[in-house]
Amino acid sequence: MTADRRADRAALLVAPAAAVMVLLFIYPFLHGLVLSFRPAAGGALASYATFFTNRSLWPTIFTTLRLALPATIANVAFALPVAYHMRRRSRYQKVVITILVIPMTLGTVLIAEGMLTYLGPKGWLSQTLQLLHLASGPVRLTHNYTGVLLSLIVSGFPFVFLLMLSYVSGIDPVLGQAAATLGATPWRQFRYIYLPLLLPGLAMAFCLAFVQAFSVFPSAVLLGAPAGPTRVISIAAYEAAFEQFDDSLASCVAMIMGAVQLIVVSAVLGLRRALYRGPVTGGKR
Amino acid sequence: MNYFPQGRMQGDFASLRLERVTRRFGGPGRPPALDGVSLTVQRGEFVALLGPSGCGKSTALNCIAGLIALSSGAIWLDDERLDALPPERRGFGMVFQSYALFPHMTVQNNVQFGLVMRGVPAAERQRRTARALALVQLEGHEDKLPGQLSGGQQQRVAIARAIVVEPRLVLMDEPLSNLDARLRLEMRAEIRRIHRELGRTTIYVTHDQDEALSLADRIVVMQDGTVQQIGSPEEVYAQPANLHVARFMGFRNLLELDVDAVAGGEVTLRGAWGALRGTARQSIDGPRAIAAIRPDEIAIGPAGGNAIAGEVEGVEYYGRDCLVEIRAAGGLRLFARAPGRLERGATVHAAVAPERVLVYPASRP
Ligand SMILES: Nc1ncnc2c1ncn2[C@@H]1O[C@H](COP(=O)(O)OP(=O)(O)O)[C@@H](O)[C@H]1O
Ligand SMILES: [Mg+2]
Repeated sequence: MTADRRADRAALLVAPAAAVMVLLFIYPFLHGLVLSFRPAAGGALASYATFFTNRSLWPTIFTTLRLALPATIANVAFALPVAYHMRRRSRYQKVVITILVIPMTLGTVLIAEGMLTYLGPKGWLSQTLQLLHLASGPVRLTHNYTGVLLSLIVSGFPFVFLLMLSYVSGIDPVLGQAAATLGATPWRQFRYIYLPLLLPGLAMAFCLAFVQAFSVFPSAVLLGAPAGPTRVISIAAYEAAFEQFDDSLASCVAMIMGAVQLIVVSAVLGLRRALYRGPVTGGKR
Repeated sequence: MNYFPQGRMQGDFASLRLERVTRRFGGPGRPPALDGVSLTVQRGEFVALLGPSGCGKSTALNCIAGLIALSSGAIWLDDERLDALPPERRGFGMVFQSYALFPHMTVQNNVQFGLVMRGVPAAERQRRTARALALVQLEGHEDKLPGQLSGGQQQRVAIARAIVVEPRLVLMDEPLSNLDARLRLEMRAEIRRIHRELGRTTIYVTHDQDEALSLADRIVVMQDGTVQQIGSPEEVYAQPANLHVARFMGFRNLLELDVDAVAGGEVTLRGAWGALRGTARQSIDGPRAIAAIRPDEIAIGPAGGNAIAGEVEGVEYYGRDCLVEIRAAGGLRLFARAPGRLERGATVHAAVAPERVLVYPASRP
């Protein structure tokens, strides 16, 4: 069998997945794109004009970025050292992974409920802080920016952590040992060996986590102040679709949301192209 | 000039001593990977750790490098206790079996990594890196990544990287095992030349007896985490201290026989085919003993003095000579090397000098 024929067969195997993609992703996307240029009234760009002139719409881009970027950066920054320290297999590693992964299985709504109870002005955190005289009045960690940011960190961390752990444990530990025999302290082993080899993975994890955080909806409503500081872009899309029944504007918001995500992801992946992306083992095995 | 802010990383030494070094992995039920190993290495020496796979050679080397902790015992460099020192403070160079080149760094940056860690100024770094690359004949490859090099070139980068810092001790863990046969011979000569030129104390791990014999000043034969014999290549090759070593050093014929008489070092053994004289390598007190004979030390002829008579059962042609399988009375099987072809079924005498029949006690049932 020639290589070409084998490639044809592989293409056949991909076909079902491709069909699902077309049906579930590409078709709705194109439909939304067309819809966004067909407003109920005005020219083709009327929905976009509305979005970029209405003071309750265009600022949602920056409100969302102000939540999604810090949450993603914090998650990547926390996950990297934790994953690095757990790069060696151990029983302790299993326990920690289980604990860290639980928030992932709970879902955002349950996390929001829990945070409302524990971190609210009457929750135990606020009460404990007051008991210890570390705070003079009730501590406000919910129904504001902080609440949403915390929930994005809690729900996003396990995902970033698991990704980082798989990147870190993919790096041959003998490289760190080689650096050690050459005089590198543990910090320098991380700085000169692990970090450069991890950066491409770090960029990838950042992109995936950012896209997730940017489409935040439930926790922005439940834990935030959806009228003001946490009026994220998905809330604007929701209102257009289900309160104003303006399908064109809703589609337009969704397109803009996608465009912003694309811009950030392209920027990060553009930086990643400049990095070393080859094998992460040192020689023959 | 002193580039070693931590102080103790450089400076030559008179001897490295391992004192009953033991390392366990897992529970106390498992036998230790390294069991009470004691060894002294003198400055400038080339010592080979030789033994079958899994006998604890890498564990020993990693203990010396500081990459794994000891379960008990101590390692001394003259009067400085080493085993509590982290690897980055020991100042040893190590060549890993998998080379462990940094995949994201050029050859130049790989080789000068140790110099950068020591804060050597750029100009001198450049000079020393160039010299190390010249030593392993890799000039012109400075800007390549390890992934762009062949196995043999990667291996030489690994050597250059380990020696450029002028380590007081060079550790090599089966550095040639990933190379093909021809390149292995070439690199063996290269390693010998580098040791001759630089005179660095070297501990070299291998499971290949030819490699150990041709490279080392002294060979440490290991088995199941313990030292079986320490000696010069000649001693280990010709006078194995025990059966483990004999088996490993190519004594293919290990014949368990009845002991007829013991007189001083000389032992007479008996089988259905007659008697054979040999030399005791350990004290023989039981009724049975094992005679170890190397196939190439047997002379095949029509009749001989100290010999076993038998029938040729099989001949394997090797080009330079043949490996002949001889069957003697009582079912005894013997392998011998013979220069010419022999007919199957011919009756021959396999003669060996008594001092080349090494007799070891048979393990008691
Ligand atoms: N990290 C480890 N964990 C558990 N067992 C190990 C580890 N390293 C080595 N061993 C065991 O110790 C023994 C000796 O291994 P090693 O020193 O690698 O042998 P060699 O290098 O002579 O082939 C083997 O039985 C091996 O399974
Ligand atoms: Mg090994």
